[in-house]
Amino acid sequence: MAFALEVKNLHVSYDGKEVLRGISLSAPPGRLTGIIGPNGAGKSTFMKAVLGLLNADCGTIRFNGKTLREMRKRMAYVPQRSSVDWDFPINVRDTVLLGSYPALGLIRRPGKTEKEEADKCLVKVGMEDFADRQIGQLSGGQQQRVFLARALLQHAEFLFLDEPFVGVDASSEDVIIGLLKELRDAGKSIFVVHHDLSKGTAYFDDLLLLNGRVVACGPAVEVLRPGPLGQAYGAFGGPVAGEGVNQ
Amino acid sequence: MSGFMTDLLNYAFLQKAMFTSMMVGIICGVIGCFIVLRGMSLMGDAISHAVLPGVAISYMIGVNYFYGAVVAGVLTSVGIGFVSEKSRIKNDSAIGIIFSAFFALGIILMAKAASSVDLTSILFGNVLAVRSADMWTTLAIGTIVLLTVIVFYKELLVTTFDPTLAATFGLPNRLFHYAVMVLLTLVTVASLRTVGIILVVAMLITPASTAYLLTDRLPAMIGLSALFGALSAVTGLYVSFNYNLSSGAVIVLAATAMFLLALFFSPKQGLLWRSMRTSSNRKAVRNGN
Repeated sequence: MAFALEVKNLHVSYDGKEVLRGISLSAPPGRLTGIIGPNGAGKSTFMKAVLGLLNADCGTIRFNGKTLREMRKRMAYVPQRSSVDWDFPINVRDTVLLGSYPALGLIRRPGKTEKEEADKCLVKVGMEDFADRQIGQLSGGQQQRVFLARALLQHAEFLFLDEPFVGVDASSEDVIIGLLKELRDAGKSIFVVHHDLSKGTAYFDDLLLLNGRVVACGPAVEVLRPGPLGQAYGAFGGPVAGEGVNQ
Repeated sequence: MSGFMTDLLNYAFLQKAMFTSMMVGIICGVIGCFIVLRGMSLMGDAISHAVLPGVAISYMIGVNYFYGAVVAGVLTSVGIGFVSEKSRIKNDSAIGIIFSAFFALGIILMAKAASSVDLTSILFGNVLAVRSADMWTTLAIGTIVLLTVIVFYKELLVTTFDPTLAATFGLPNRLFHYAVMVLLTLVTVASLRTVGIILVVAMLITPASTAYLLTDRLPAMIGLSALFGALSAVTGLYVSFNYNLSSGAVIVLAATAMFLLALFFSPKQGLLWRSMRTSSNRKAVRNGN
């Protein structure tokens, strides 16, 4: 069986400082995987390197045994909310429509079919009443739901979400995690950077615990144990499973 | 006004001036939207100044100034990118260093170039001196710029709005950055005769900023920006013809007047309504207590 995501010996550095030191892992398909670890553990860096958004020093990355270049159209990425220009003159529907671009290729414009599909995706995240709003006028949770709708429109096989629950209200969080579980049940492979350990086993099938390197990787219940957590967060004063570690 | 209309019908030079300045207003308005939204206003100012040595060298070797300007514009944007990426110098400082160097070089070269070239008309523009060749250059550039924006609208939108998303789509952000720089250079060249090098940045960012205050959708912003650009150009031409004032300066002031109107009276973003809303909210809170 081909692994959904297979990473071998991934090294990434910023300004000569090594952030990720030899990451290797094999993730089976159709799982909802949380990427956790302390601040500065390289969680977002790992996600960006896997998606080719920054250059790795070395390492190989394969999706279903294929390279990123071959698989690019099957990837969807939801960035951190802080990385987006919320004053941009674009409304909710047009933001979701961006998700149709990879399939359209160069020059072709989204037409009636794409617009109808975009509206369907908005219904799935419960944001159909906000289609004509400018994106900056939404709450944090609503913004995240719009981004998820855009990822849905991409019909991706792999979903990557970077801190989707930061600054998000509880009901949006429920909607998002519910949809992610539905997508997982439909066979998609989903990776979520997350910092709240308390939801670890409730939200995720598998966990990847990072601290510059892979501390532990596997079923959530096995990763959320004092041993690996102590290694990642430091043995003293580190949080134990069941406690949140909000930044 | 009717006198101006009769003159417009009678004088070919005035028709050329009118057509050229409207075209400039439209293309500056369109490209200006992307410059404003990408946060590259300072870069726009830099590129427009930096085309000067290219124009001078073109005069010296006797080719259309269009070619020299494009080369100088591209060299400047590559130079700025190089300094800010390869050293610890911040982007705005890199822009300042490179463009003032190019501009200084241009001033010296212009002095050495044939005496027939008038530095003042390049720096400040003189729309009434537009020749047929300038008009056709402007029309050609305008067509290229508008076609590029129409054909690559999707890609320009996503690389401007969310470069990270664009990268996950496999779009080359860097290529689009330089493409926008080339378009910017072309627009500057087209504007040389009408508003001149020094003031072209105003035509790029003022109408676009006015439109930005009035709408929440990019297609509408581009349309409004082009309209405001053309309107300022026509107003500027009319005033400068009737009162014998510098065309570039009047065009810019017309654009600024529209901006100020939008700044205070825009339905959504207007400072006047905002302050009225704030004070009525305050009153409501006070009365509630």
